[in-house]
Parts: sequence; structure tokens; C-alpha cells
Amino acid sequence: MKISTLFYTLRQGVRNIFRNKLFSLASIATIAACLFLFGIFYAIVANFQSMVKTAQEGVSVKVFFEDDTPDERIKEIGDMITRRVEVSEVVYISDEQAWEDMKSGYPPDFAEGFYDNPLEGMSNYVVYLTDVSMQSALVTWLESVPDVRKVNRSEATATTLSGLNQLIGYVSIGIIVILLGVSIFLISNTVTIGISVRSEEINIMKYIGATDFFVRAPFVLEGMLIGLIGALIPLGLIHVVYDYAIKYVLERFYMISQLLDFLPSETILQFLTPISMAVGVGIGFVGSFTTVRKHLHV
Amino acid sequence: MAKKDLIRKRQEEFVRENGIIFLDNVSKSYSTGAPALNGVTLRIGKGEFVFVVGDSGSGKSTLIKLLLRELIATSGIVYVMGGDLGKLRHRQIPRFRRNLGVVFQDFRLLNDRNVYENVAFAQRIVETPVSDIRRNVPAVLATVGLAGKYKAKTRQLSGGEQQRVALARALVNRPSILLADEPTGNLDPKNSWEIMKLLEEINDKGTTVVVVTHNKEIVNSMQRRVVTMKRGVIISDEEKGGYIDED
Repeated sequence: MKISTLFYTLRQGVRNIFRNKLFSLASIATIAACLFLFGIFYAIVANFQSMVKTAQEGVSVKVFFEDDTPDERIKEIGDMITRRVEVSEVVYISDEQAWEDMKSGYPPDFAEGFYDNPLEGMSNYVVYLTDVSMQSALVTWLESVPDVRKVNRSEATATTLSGLNQLIGYVSIGIIVILLGVSIFLISNTVTIGISVRSEEINIMKYIGATDFFVRAPFVLEGMLIGLIGALIPLGLIHVVYDYAIKYVLERFYMISQLLDFLPSETILQFLTPISMAVGVGIGFVGSFTTVRKHLHV
Repeated sequence: MAKKDLIRKRQEEFVRENGIIFLDNVSKSYSTGAPALNGVTLRIGKGEFVFVVGDSGSGKSTLIKLLLRELIATSGIVYVMGGDLGKLRHRQIPRFRRNLGVVFQDFRLLNDRNVYENVAFAQRIVETPVSDIRRNVPAVLATVGLAGKYKAKTRQLSGGEQQRVALARALVNRPSILLADEPTGNLDPKNSWEIMKLLEEINDKGTTVVVVTHNKEIVNSMQRRVVTMKRGVIISDEEKGGYIDED
């Protein structure tokens, strides 16, 4: 194919958008609406998952030792715990540190009358997990380690968070698949209708000897451009609306801002941008390609 | 001799012996109803001007569709320029159609483009260099009397002018055959005669012209070859004939 022909088909693809303003606007609006809904849902789910993950990261297991366990042995156990794959962080709390932490949680006169450290022999490791669902396995192993006296854990919190995380995962996958399916159906229908009303134009091109590529290329490019524009609009909207909504919630509900950490819009858009663009451009391509093909057999 | 040259030579010999269009005992049936064409044999020589006439349902449109390779014959062989259209593959059809100029009753113009773009489109398809398009399109528009209207949108033109644009588009690639399906069907008598004059001029330059029409006055006045069809068969083929009125 000649370069001039290539540029001609590219130009025609862009011009087609303006020639068929109504169809272009309808298609762009459909794509934008579907991807906006998809984006909003993703932002909610991503924040929810992030909050659950933060909560999971705070779940820890405390490991106490038998009396008179030498420091070397405690350090050795600490190294063994650190090497475990399910462990993300191990923090050593000495007797003194434990007593200081306890005192800080009470009024200043709380420690009066204590001359010795009442938490003598209570040095421990606080073990944080990478995945809270593996807490039971870790605890079973810890309890089998010689010189470990006791392992404190929060079974209910771990189970609840693990279950919640799984539930959010399944529900969000389900809803995202449904939303994507509906989007694909609506968008491809709009593209199909838009091209079908121009079947006459395709017929004329074929009658005067245009190849399938020559007929198809401008339509496919048009579909892809419409998909791209339809994807960029909701991304821009989400960028603005998301930041505004987070700011509003944090200002209006001070308590929430103390408890929850919202993801920045950059994190949301980092995932959403390639997905939305791929969906928009992909559906524009597939929709126009297959629809034009139906009218090519003249 | 290269294979392509050999094929071309054979096709030229075939055209000399059998005509540029040759239907050999061609029938065409649709899934429902009686056959649209029934054992039609027709030879049209290079450079001829032929009217194909007949009532609705006589098979004229099916004939045109077979010549355009929009349809394939149920039996028999359709040869155009020495090639068997039944053997054409889908991807070969566009190249074949570039040898034909085609004009329809409803003009079939790209209505969102202006006159120049409509005619230039036919040249874009065959990848004519832009400099040649800029030279050829105004020349062919001048031939059909539309030199001053190249910027006009097709919807702004009268029926006669729109048919001239369609004619210009059909001619710009200098086709060997021009097929006109009811070219005057939507035109008043004055414009009809002007279009027919243009078709005669095109024929005088060597292009084979096949006109499917209902227009008795034109057929009777022009005294050209007339092929009359009825219920899918050719009932008469006269060298300088007139419209056979069934009524």
C-alpha cells in the first residue's frame, strides 16, 4: 500500500467522526458512561481492599519465652521467625520496653509503688504477617519451637479479615465482569448501529472496486478513536470527582479521616487508565471490524 | 512468456472470438421463487452499445448483478473480458470491478462528500498518484459538464447533475465496460436525453456500454442493439431495434 493511501485512510477515519456527529456522540457517550461506572466501582473496591489490607497488616502474633531462656536463644528464635515466608516483620520487645509501653497507656501515678519491673520475663516478639490467613500455620509452628512458652494470637480478627478480603475479591470480580460485559454489549451495539446505517456507503465503495482493507480501515480507525475518546473522558472525570469526594468526606467526617486511609487518585488511575483505554479502543476496534465485515460481501 | 502475459493473451483471444461480455447458458435461481435467469446466452462485443429492456421481474437487474459479480450464476458461465467470473475469489473481485464503470438509478453517491471527492474516491481506490487525481478529476467533470460544481455537496445538485457525478465517477478510471442500471429512471426527459448523449459519446471513444432501461422513447429513438428479456429469458435481440411493448 502506498504511503499516500495510508494517510488518506487515516484522514478519512478522523473525518468520519465529524461527518457522523450524532453517531460519534452517541458512541462516545455510551463508552464514557459505561467506563465511568466501571471506574467508580473500581475506586470503591480498591479503597475497601486497601483498608482491609491495612487492617490485616496490623494483626500480629506475640511470642513469649520460657523463664531463663538465654538472650542468644531468643535471638536465634527471632532469626528463625524472620526467615518464614508468611512473616513480614518481627519486632523484639524487651521486658523494659514492655513495661514502658504499658506505663505510657496509663496515668502518670500508675507506676508508683512498683520498684521492680512487674513484666520481668515478659520479653517477646511481635510478629506481623504478609497474609493473615496463614496465621494458624505460623502459630502451630511457633508452638512447636523449643523454649517458646506461649503464643498470643487473635484468631477472630484474622479469620474475619481474611474472609472479608476473600468476599470483596469474589464480589468485585463478579461485578467487574458483569459491568465489563454490559459495557461491551452496549458499546458494540452502538458501534454496530452506527455502522449499519452506513451500509449503503460501504456498498458504493465495494461496487466501484474498493478492497476490503480500503473500506474497513477508516471505519476501524473511527471506532478506535471513538473508543479512545470515550475512555479518556471518564478517566478525567474520575480524576476530578475522586479527589473532590475524598476531600469532602475527610473534611466533613473528621472521625472517618482518623480511622480510614483513602488511596490517592494516582494509585486508582494507575490501574484504571490502561484498562479503560484497552477496553475503549479494543471494543471500538472489534465492534467496527466485525460490523463492517458483515457489509463487505457485495 | 510470463504466466500473466499468457493469461492476458488468452483472454484477448477469447474476447475477440466471444465478445467482451459472454453469458454461456446462464441460469440464476434464488432460494425462493422461479429462476431469475433461465438459460441465457448473450454475446456483447467490444465497443458495442446495448440496451437491455424488459418489464419488472424479467431478469435485467439479476443480469447486471451477475456482470458485477455481486451474484454467482447457479449454472452456466459468465465471462467478462475473457475471465470466468465464477472462478474469481473474494479478494480478486475489487480488482475486477475496477475495469467496470457502474451507474445506478439512485446515483449512489457518497452524500457527505462533495462532487470532487466523490469522483476522486474512485481514483483513490486504484491508488492513483495525487498529482494525477488533481488532473484527471477536473477533466472528467468537464466532460460531463460539471466543471464549475466540483465543490458542491451532492445533495445540493439536481437529479441530472447527480447522475452526471455518478457518470464521472464511473468514467474516471477509464473502464472497458460501462454498466448503467436505469440511469434515467429518476430524471426528467431533458436530463435523460443529456445523460444518454453522454453515454453515446463515451461509447464513441471505445467503451462498451450496457444500459438497462424502461425508457421506451430513448430506446426507440437511438436505434441501437436492443436485448429484450421476459421472465428470465431473452425473447429478442435486434441489431437496431426498438422497445417491444408487451401491452
